[in-house]
Amino acid sequence: MATEILMPALSPTMEEGTLAKWLVKEGDTVSSGDILAEIETDKATMEFEAVDEGTVGKILINEGTEGVKVNTPIAVLLEDGEDASAAENIGTNKGSDAKTEVKEETKAKDTVPADTPAASSPAAAAPRVPRKPDWPEGTETKTTTVREALRDAMAEEMRRAENVFLMGEEVAEYQGAYKISQGLLDEFGAKRVIDTPITEHGFTGIAVGAAFGGLRPIVEFMTFNFAMQAMDHIINSAAKTLYMAGGQMGCPIVFRGPNGAAARVAAQHSQDYTAWFMQVPGLKVVAPYSAADAKGLLKSAIRDPNPVIFLENEILYGRSFEVPQLDDFTVPLGQAKIAREGTDVTIVSFGIGMTYALEAAEKLAADGIEAEVIDLRTIRPMDTETVIESVKKTNRCVTVEEGWPQGSVGGYVSTVLMQQAFDHLDAPVINCTGKDVPMPYAANLEKHALVTTDEVVEAVRKVTYK
Amino acid sequence: MADKAKTNTEDYLRMFSQMVRIRSFEDNANQLYLSAKMPGLTHMYSGEEAVAVGICEALKTTDKITSTHRGHGHCVAKGAEFKQMFCELLGKEEGYCRGKGGSMHIADQSNGNLGANAIVGGSMGIATGAALTAKLQGRDDVTVCFFGDGATAQGLMYEVMNMAALWRLPVIYACENNGYSEYTKTEEIAAGSITARAEAFGIEAFQVDGQDVLAVNKLATELVGRCRGGEGPFFVELMTYRYHGHHVGDINREYYRAKEEETLWKTERDPILRFRGWLVDQGIASEQDLEALQAEIKEDAENAVKYALEAKYPDTSEVDMHVYAA
Repeated sequence: MATEILMPALSPTMEEGTLAKWLVKEGDTVSSGDILAEIETDKATMEFEAVDEGTVGKILINEGTEGVKVNTPIAVLLEDGEDASAAENIGTNKGSDAKTEVKEETKAKDTVPADTPAASSPAAAAPRVPRKPDWPEGTETKTTTVREALRDAMAEEMRRAENVFLMGEEVAEYQGAYKISQGLLDEFGAKRVIDTPITEHGFTGIAVGAAFGGLRPIVEFMTFNFAMQAMDHIINSAAKTLYMAGGQMGCPIVFRGPNGAAARVAAQHSQDYTAWFMQVPGLKVVAPYSAADAKGLLKSAIRDPNPVIFLENEILYGRSFEVPQLDDFTVPLGQAKIAREGTDVTIVSFGIGMTYALEAAEKLAADGIEAEVIDLRTIRPMDTETVIESVKKTNRCVTVEEGWPQGSVGGYVSTVLMQQAFDHLDAPVINCTGKDVPMPYAANLEKHALVTTDEVVEAVRKVTYK
Repeated sequence: MADKAKTNTEDYLRMFSQMVRIRSFEDNANQLYLSAKMPGLTHMYSGEEAVAVGICEALKTTDKITSTHRGHGHCVAKGAEFKQMFCELLGKEEGYCRGKGGSMHIADQSNGNLGANAIVGGSMGIATGAALTAKLQGRDDVTVCFFGDGATAQGLMYEVMNMAALWRLPVIYACENNGYSEYTKTEEIAAGSITARAEAFGIEAFQVDGQDVLAVNKLATELVGRCRGGEGPFFVELMTYRYHGHHVGDINREYYRAKEEETLWKTERDPILRFRGWLVDQGIASEQDLEALQAEIKEDAENAVKYALEAKYPDTSEVDMHVYAA
């Protein structure tokens, strides 16, 4: 299949750049790692490498063009055996869509192919028939990115309570490595938006101590991969103190940041820790998908008197959803949401897994299979009741997550269903998970290591015997 | 607790009695453990009394401390009661933590004790965070972080001293150097100077005789005052000695520590004997007065043990209580 080569974001803040020079021409064969072009940003000139191998079918943006927005298709790469007509098709019908894409993403963005969820329209992902609406009917909504929703949640809670503060690496002056804390330093000052050195174990300990003393810290991990440095404090101090102290003192704190695979950052920067944290009594674990949930759940997490692990996703940051325009919109922790109603199978997911779940549901609907999609939203405490009720109706269940298979969230859901809904199951529950490997770097391998929409569709066919 | 240098009889006698209280508590805890009445794992503070008392007598109730697995002394010195402490050691409902923490996790929020952390070095972040709280809230509270020489090998210490120095936090890092990191001599686990570690961050560091309660208290009083005035953080290395093994069951320890060495510290440098001698020499108290005081404390401790042994265990329904705050 022909794929588009998109204008890369070569820094987290790059929005556009100049396509200074093409180093390949139409008809050239390239392999992964070949230098395709030179891109100029406001900071530097950088070489842009090929990710996949193939033949340059068509160059869409001429060299010397200025102000090329990130993610604009700049060329089309053909696979072996494809002719140039494939390039014609793809170059015309997808371009406009991709141009409206997220502007401030990391350099990982260049590897998101145009047909992945990132480019799908928000409508496809929107909850179709929520069982219990999260906001009253008729409420005005505003299209908001997950990034903005998280910032708004923190800003609103910091206005509401003096003892809420944010700390982490680059959260103040730089406004967050992923620009989540934009504007917070200006509004709340350096006493409440605190830049720390690169010292996760240290600042997590300090934040836990501050929580013991009556403050409500929000700790941003630049990514949750780095929270491994702080695991002792998260588990041994934050999660266990209320219990160890017999209720004398607890730890109201939020640990938040991007979790899971982004794109092309390899094993140490691409792990889904949901199942790890899910195992720990004393912690609450939240993994929102939509911007409304990101906002409503983060506000609830900040108000919660317990330590809350708030797992965001870098790929979702730039995605837009409708967020209700209410003065104080919250979503309670511990409530799943039926994102799509259906009768034939229950698909359970959370966070970015919802992308695959909802896409699969749309594809299956075209074949007459109606899937009910449940977004867990909070992983601990888990709203298993909503899942069980759904399975009583559909008699089949597929779970979807990007994490590893052994000891997965889906594995736990399966256990609960086996113990509490055994007689209602007409097929074994299938867990669609990431593959049982550290995340590989090469684009094709990475794609293979993550869960895909097709795998979810396949799993549903298996459990529905269709 | 007083927050000025000790200048009168009452204050001196209080320091003496607090040290004796720690020793009596530990003697009883040791017996409870050896007679199989107390479960688990426990670490005796005996021998180090002047450290906890000298420092805590320089603090107010609202000042915070963090403690370690060898933490009974800090807990007593910061104002805890025998009854609730023994109840906690025996896993009884009336314990400070309702029997859920035990010897290594006693916290006493009412007296500003943020708890013993049984991960070596684990409380350094928490203490520094308590100091950040005071600073952010504009209070003049000071936090003292107690830890042993063994904890200087943990990376966390360097992470938090860095931030404490950058942000000028009112925290005092109190390194109780008792000469041994578990079953190993300190010089075998710590390269170079311990105080130089803090000095590398621009933190003023001091070394003091941890067996001399007056010296410890004088230094602590000065540093606490300077912390309140915004001059923190500080680092103090207190040279001390643990009379028992690493934990109560560490009986055969001659392979790493000579009996003669133990005897020397116990007879020549004991903090209670030394201070008692000084009190008598200065005419502050008579031998008989002090003897009577010690006997009274001993009886208090024994009564508390008796009470705790008979106290009730928590109801089994408490097993899942306090996992989450409502």
